[in-house]
Amino acid sequence: MSVPRRGSDTDAPPPVEVRGLVKRYGELTAVDGVDLTVRAGDVYGYLGPNGAGKTTSLRMMLGLIRPTSGSVRLFGRDPQQSVKALDDVAGFVEAPAFYAYLTARRNLELLAAYDGDEARSRVDHALATVELTGRARDRVGGYSHGMKQRLGIAAALLREPKLMILDEPATGLDPAGMRDMRQLIRGLAEQGITVVLSSHLLAEVEELCNRVAIVREGRIVYEGMISELKRGAGTTYRLATTDDERALAVCRAQRGINDLRVQHQRICFTASGEAAVAELSQALVEAGALIHTLAPETVTLEDLFFSLTEGRDGDRMASEDPDSVEVAR
Amino acid sequence: MKRPGVLSVYRWELIKLRYQKRTYLGLGASLIVPIIFVVAIHFRHDRRGGDFAFASYLTRSGLAVPLVIMLFGAVWMFPLITALVAGDIFASEDHNGTLKTILTRSLERGQIFAGKALAAATYAVAAILLGGTVAVIAGSIQSGFNSLQTLSGTVVSAPKGLELVYVGLLVYLIPIGTVVCIGLLLSTITRNSAAAVVGTLMVSLLFQLIGILPGLTGLQPYLLSTQFNAWQGLLRTPIDWSPIIRAAWVCAMYGVPAMAAAFLVFLRRDVAGG
Ligand SMILES: Nc1ncnc2c1ncn2[C@@H]1O[C@H](COP(=O)(O)OP(=O)(O)OP(=O)(O)O)[C@@H](O)[C@H]1O
Ligand SMILES: [Mg+2]
Repeated sequence: MSVPRRGSDTDAPPPVEVRGLVKRYGELTAVDGVDLTVRAGDVYGYLGPNGAGKTTSLRMMLGLIRPTSGSVRLFGRDPQQSVKALDDVAGFVEAPAFYAYLTARRNLELLAAYDGDEARSRVDHALATVELTGRARDRVGGYSHGMKQRLGIAAALLREPKLMILDEPATGLDPAGMRDMRQLIRGLAEQGITVVLSSHLLAEVEELCNRVAIVREGRIVYEGMISELKRGAGTTYRLATTDDERALAVCRAQRGINDLRVQHQRICFTASGEAAVAELSQALVEAGALIHTLAPETVTLEDLFFSLTEGRDGDRMASEDPDSVEVAR
Repeated sequence: MKRPGVLSVYRWELIKLRYQKRTYLGLGASLIVPIIFVVAIHFRHDRRGGDFAFASYLTRSGLAVPLVIMLFGAVWMFPLITALVAGDIFASEDHNGTLKTILTRSLERGQIFAGKALAAATYAVAAILLGGTVAVIAGSIQSGFNSLQTLSGTVVSAPKGLELVYVGLLVYLIPIGTVVCIGLLLSTITRNSAAAVVGTLMVSLLFQLIGILPGLTGLQPYLLSTQFNAWQGLLRTPIDWSPIIRAAWVCAMYGVPAMAAAFLVFLRRDVAGG
């Protein structure tokens, strides 16, 4: 006989387990065979461009729409079967929606009543957490987008979830709002709440998430750690000097400098390591090409997609970018 | 964990109705129409002294006013007032995207449906009883709380007449219930408040149209519109229960499938958009 154990047991069902998830709308396949597992304690990024099928996937996780095929399990329970699968789950898809003609507090009271249990006693605290206490008596109809977004978080907090599913929570927020939202999500993670977060911003996901799935056209093209993915992509540097002709020649001769090309009148290359970059800068100075810019390029979601597909079909990088000129050695 | 239930939904649906303009539009119409009606008879009576069919009937007892309101209200007023909420109750949530908000809490879809359906029915009952009560009061002020002549020509005492009026209103609620069901169905399938309200009214008018088509008069006892007159059986001596019994099953015949379809659609549908 086994003694029942608690917490992050390896044999406890994971917060999210998605298998072969498909959603078709007529001809269009919005979600095309998604498999993913979110483990307890993860802050899981679901990253993809517009129309990738992020919201559709999250809707199926929350039981709002029926999968064409495949399954979703939240802590081992099927949200299609019963709303009981959402017992430890909260979140929202797209912009959170409330009753415009009711005050924020009344909206939360309504949702607390729909949660049962002691949720009502958490209304004040939830409002305070998202800093809406002062506006709680105003009707939601007069709320700004950012305030509604925060109220959405408050509504989710009422459920004291173990899993939060958030669909682009920072979309449409101003820089301060984005920062607050990130801080809030980090706080949730520190409390041990598992978070699934969709986003189309690589930086956001990178900052918050320990694991990511990258989706494109309904399919997961990568799953794992962002750092690994970026390492695979290699770091691209941009270089501008007082004498680019000479600089180009120096780069060509330098060891550890690869993928040399000119893009938008800038020299671009990937370096095998930071040491190679340091050596290069010295060589440039010695050659009389003084550096005014030598900076690693921020990797964009697009870059990652390229690097992900590159391995499969040859030199798409060069052929897809008309501004890019390969430099022969 | 204590789970919420249908009653939580019902309670909050009523609170939501209290904060919505359309609720007052419907209840307001129920309240104002009998008053306008009574004022109109008052002036008509003063000028010409009873030249239209109901005039003398109406001036003899205020209790006749709710009966006439029921008669004319069946054409479109009460179906419209009923549809105003029943047609809106799911569609507006769809439109505002709040369906996803409430469906991701701890209530099954079936419970949400039941709570909403009950609230729509409660509102319809309130509107009809309000209209009836205002008619009784306004009528009694204008024409007096007097004994009432039945359709068989006999006369019943004022208290007995009042009782008949209220039983009549309850009978009137049977077809109103069917209108609620149709409103709920259109509300779930059209997902558009205006379409559902207008659609419900159209269905109600369509029944009346079928009723007056030549060659289809045989269908008349089985039309929804006819059931709005079932209460008249109460004003016979002795009371004729047959139209009331027929109203019960005919209305169930239309209402139950509509409600069942609405329920199944709501249970199975995708909640996307919004
Ligand atoms: N109800 C629907 N009916 C038809 N097509 C739909 C529906 N919902 C989504 N789609 C389609 O499915 C695809 C994925 O949409 P989805 O909203 O999941 O994308 P997303 O990744 O959330 O995009 P975004 O970043 O813009 O929010 C899109 O092509 C969209 O047009
Ligand atoms: Mg989306």
